[in-house]
Amino acid sequence: MSLSITMAVTRRVLTQLRRDRRTLAMLLVLPCLLITLLWWIYDDANPMLFDRIGPALLAIFPVIVMFLVTSVTTLRERSSGTLERLLAMPMGKLDFLVGYAIAFGLVAALQSVLAVAVAVGLLDLEVSGPLWLLTTVAVVDAVLGSALGLFVSAFAQTEFQAVQFMPALVIPQLLLCGLLVPRDQLPRALELVSDALPLSYAVDAMQHLTSSSATGPVWRDIAVVAAFAAAGLAIGAATLRRRTP
Amino acid sequence: MVNNAVEVRDLHVVRGRHTVLEHLDLSIGGGVTGLLGPSGCGKSTLMRCLVGVQQVTGGTVTVFGEPAGSAPLRARVGYVTQAVSVYNDLTLAENLRFFARVLGVGREAVDRAVEAVDLVDFRDDVVGRLSGGQQSRASLAVALLGTPDLLVLDEPTVGLDPVLREDLWQLFHRLADSGVAVFVSSHVMDEAERCDRLLLMREGRILADGTPAEIKDRAGVDDVEAAFLALVRKDAA
Repeated sequence: MSLSITMAVTRRVLTQLRRDRRTLAMLLVLPCLLITLLWWIYDDANPMLFDRIGPALLAIFPVIVMFLVTSVTTLRERSSGTLERLLAMPMGKLDFLVGYAIAFGLVAALQSVLAVAVAVGLLDLEVSGPLWLLTTVAVVDAVLGSALGLFVSAFAQTEFQAVQFMPALVIPQLLLCGLLVPRDQLPRALELVSDALPLSYAVDAMQHLTSSSATGPVWRDIAVVAAFAAAGLAIGAATLRRRTP
Repeated sequence: MVNNAVEVRDLHVVRGRHTVLEHLDLSIGGGVTGLLGPSGCGKSTLMRCLVGVQQVTGGTVTVFGEPAGSAPLRARVGYVTQAVSVYNDLTLAENLRFFARVLGVGREAVDRAVEAVDLVDFRDDVVGRLSGGQQSRASLAVALLGTPDLLVLDEPTVGLDPVLREDLWQLFHRLADSGVAVFVSSHVMDEAERCDRLLLMREGRILADGTPAEIKDRAGVDDVEAAFLALVRKDAA
């Protein structure tokens, strides 16, 4: 692995994003708008619910967005021949993956700083733990989303298929992560499934942060999400074949 | 020749139900070697084997004494895929600077490559908005960035203006004169005359191997296309 090659990948990905103004605007503004919409929905009916669901949403945005962005960009690299060309050059698979992860991690950090600023600053979301830890959780979630996206890009032949993996892989996690029903109130079988899904821990981390100032459980959740992300990247690396049929 | 750039021994590639390359044996030395044959005859697959990105069924490919695709070769072999493999949403200069960083070469290499493919006026244009021919030159420029000892070019001149094609062939010969082994594929037979040595390929096999003059002599005709036809007929008989 080479630091200069990894950074070259990061710079290149960020340059591509900067050039694609519309995508960049959506990445940064959309989460702010959606969290505002959520606040508004509960404003009259049940403001307490916003405090429960808001943090979950802050964990879910980076996973969904980075899942989509990574699956489509990696698929594009595979189908345009740029990946083949890079792998024929002195580029390690990890240079490629980590370069992408750093670029998307940076975007996720920016995204979550904005979303947290809106949620806490304007919409009065209660956060007991430190705000910087909230951003850390968001970045780890983004890397998880990237890892999942990378993984599915190996099984998709078209961008259309890649996008279809979203409902297949992400929505079940969304339903089971505690967003709709607290996880301990799920039917036992579903609670067990939910225990095995990474997004559950991402949401748990956010909920711990908002409800208590103790950071121990948050770090434990971060560790679980990071382990899932690392496993996803490792499997993703295995799907990046230098030699293809 | 003792020190061949590439040695291919009993190379066999099966893809799905199709045999793409059938027990090939060949070697490639210095100069400009042309790989000619119709679309779908296995040219790209052979080239992918030389760069080490093709899964092979059997046989060996050795480049400068090392197994094709092994780490020490990756900086020594330049490769242009048939598709335009650059980032459409970046400018030409941004693309080249990125690949230059990957290869560990400096900015002067970027300027040199832009000049070599005659795109100086387009260096700050987004590649996706260039014409098809300009895009394939952009892709070619990437392969010229490093200082490769072997250049593998998969149909680099398809669809280009004749003047530019002429320029590129001159460039290939200049590179060859400076010691680079250049391996170019084409499905256009009139490019054959520009090669120092020709490999004619059909259905995964090499039909003929020699200088353009030798191949025409052997077939008793005066252009390569006629020689190809004569060889195919002889092969079928």
